[in-house]
Amino acid sequence: MVWSNPITRNSTALPSNRPYPRRPRPTLGSLAPWAGVAAIFCVGLAWGRYPVSVSDVLRVLGHAAGLPLDHDWPGVLDTVVMQVRLPRVLAAMLIGGGLSVAGAAFQGLFRNPLVSPYILGVASGAGFGAALGILLWNSPWVIQGSAFFFGMLAVTAAWGMSRLYRSSGPMIIILAGVVVGAFFQSLLSLVKYMADPDDKLPVIVYWLMGSLSSMTMDRLLTVCLPVGVCVLGLLLIRWQLNVLSLGDEEARTLGVEAGRLRLGVIVAVTVITASAVSVSGIIGWVGLVVPHLARMLVGPDYRRLIPASLALGACYLVLIDGLARNLTATEIPLGILTASVGAPFFAVLLGRGRTGWA
Amino acid sequence: MGLTLHAENLSFAYPGRDAVWTNVGLTARPGRVLSILGPNGTGKSTLLLCLAGLIPTRTGRVLAGDRDLASLSRRTTARAIAMVPQTHSPVFAYRALDIVVMGRTPHLGAFASPSDADFHAARSAMETMGIQHLENVSYSETSGGERQLILFARSLAQGADILLLDEPTSHLDFGNQARTLSLIRSLADRGLTVIMTTHFPDHAFEISDQTALLARGRLQAVGATGEVLSPEALSSLYGLGVDIHRLSNGKTVCTVRREDP
Repeated sequence: MVWSNPITRNSTALPSNRPYPRRPRPTLGSLAPWAGVAAIFCVGLAWGRYPVSVSDVLRVLGHAAGLPLDHDWPGVLDTVVMQVRLPRVLAAMLIGGGLSVAGAAFQGLFRNPLVSPYILGVASGAGFGAALGILLWNSPWVIQGSAFFFGMLAVTAAWGMSRLYRSSGPMIIILAGVVVGAFFQSLLSLVKYMADPDDKLPVIVYWLMGSLSSMTMDRLLTVCLPVGVCVLGLLLIRWQLNVLSLGDEEARTLGVEAGRLRLGVIVAVTVITASAVSVSGIIGWVGLVVPHLARMLVGPDYRRLIPASLALGACYLVLIDGLARNLTATEIPLGILTASVGAPFFAVLLGRGRTGWA
Repeated sequence: MGLTLHAENLSFAYPGRDAVWTNVGLTARPGRVLSILGPNGTGKSTLLLCLAGLIPTRTGRVLAGDRDLASLSRRTTARAIAMVPQTHSPVFAYRALDIVVMGRTPHLGAFASPSDADFHAARSAMETMGIQHLENVSYSETSGGERQLILFARSLAQGADILLLDEPTSHLDFGNQARTLSLIRSLADRGLTVIMTTHFPDHAFEISDQTALLARGRLQAVGATGEVLSPEALSSLYGLGVDIHRLSNGKTVCTVRREDP
């Protein structure tokens, strides 16, 4: 049955000035971003002070993977690619992709495009934890563990606070996160104030600016599993994220257990960000802006937005880390580059296209 | 086919406050429209949320068919009851079709995305509403009337037997109000159980089989629209004189009684 008198404008004459969001892409096209990720991966391995060609990278990787290749290249190439660069590039992909997916999920969850994955205080907590670890013990494993622990603790405190006020809306937990973040920020200042300015303080400051320079395969493996599992979880529930971004009440009328889902998303995002921060320090901006870039490319639908954020975030951080390693003789902290490179780029895009949010 | 929504002895209160309303009982049947009228702030929308099982009541129970909503999961409830909220704008610019296909969510597994069949259901719901041409239009750029239709299409795609409408004619112009009313009537004629809140007694006259009056913390009356909506009841409900006129074209309208100087 068709309504004879629909409440709408004339169906034959659609105004042409309406932008049409893209339809879902064909299967072949959806593989293109992943080919891009693979290409960036190889570029990241080849790019550095010690020159390695992309074909050498492929041969070294192939040899390490057990392919029957003649080992006719100098052994130092194996060390450079497999020992020095591979952990870093993999970590950059994991952390860049993870933070971007986390940011995309939080922006929908809190229905706010200004939200970053650090909104609930995880970075402040982890920053304090790391600073405390540097001050008291100064072992990389303890620093990592302490950063992860306090990052999780900060978000748990924010969640607990929001429960205490018996308010179910998403606003109260953001406010609680801001409060907890401010608290840990002041504790962090205290630790910095007490730290030895010649020895410990620079380490703390450098750590807070973010870096992948101390990445090893062992450290990568410790965060690989938690980040991987949580990213996979967010990928699996990406349709429900669409529904949740309409707001709690509406999501519930559509059959989604909004409260439980939100808790699950917060746990997943917190594990991702706390893991990332614990090994790389605070890398800002990625989790805020990459989801926007992805939204400009594929639209707001989480079915495409989550995979797109994952791919773009991985590429973005590999390239930024490449700049951090190679731009100057000494390494530039990542936190400086993510914003100084990303901000102008994003500003240009903002002026050009649809942002994917109303 | 067809589910009866039955509420008995409902009362609702925010934590630590006095009850908003008590002892509310009503029954909505398939193929019928039930209107809820009442002054601002009497808790009409809250009542609708309770009927949808979205917020817990202090006493009483709501039955969809023979099942108590309190014992059902959100998913099961959403298959039985669809709700059209007052028009809103989502933060992100989804396509109209994406909004409609979200109605299929209660039929999907937790980790699933809508299949081709779900998109087909969404498209035919949009066709039923006569808005298939809006498919790829960004929801945030549609007009209020179009949004109303998109949300109605979503509730059709949801495949629920009970439809709850929160002031479906607010924010609409005169023509769109009339069209929305006839749309609601046709949905009921298709066998849906419809409950709507409204501020306009005329609209209740126009399409409602039954009407409930909510005021001063209780249901003042519930029954056949023609019996419930008397000049006295409406005057008491809104606190001013109301006359009811039957027009020669068969319609009934209300006017505010002129106070003679």
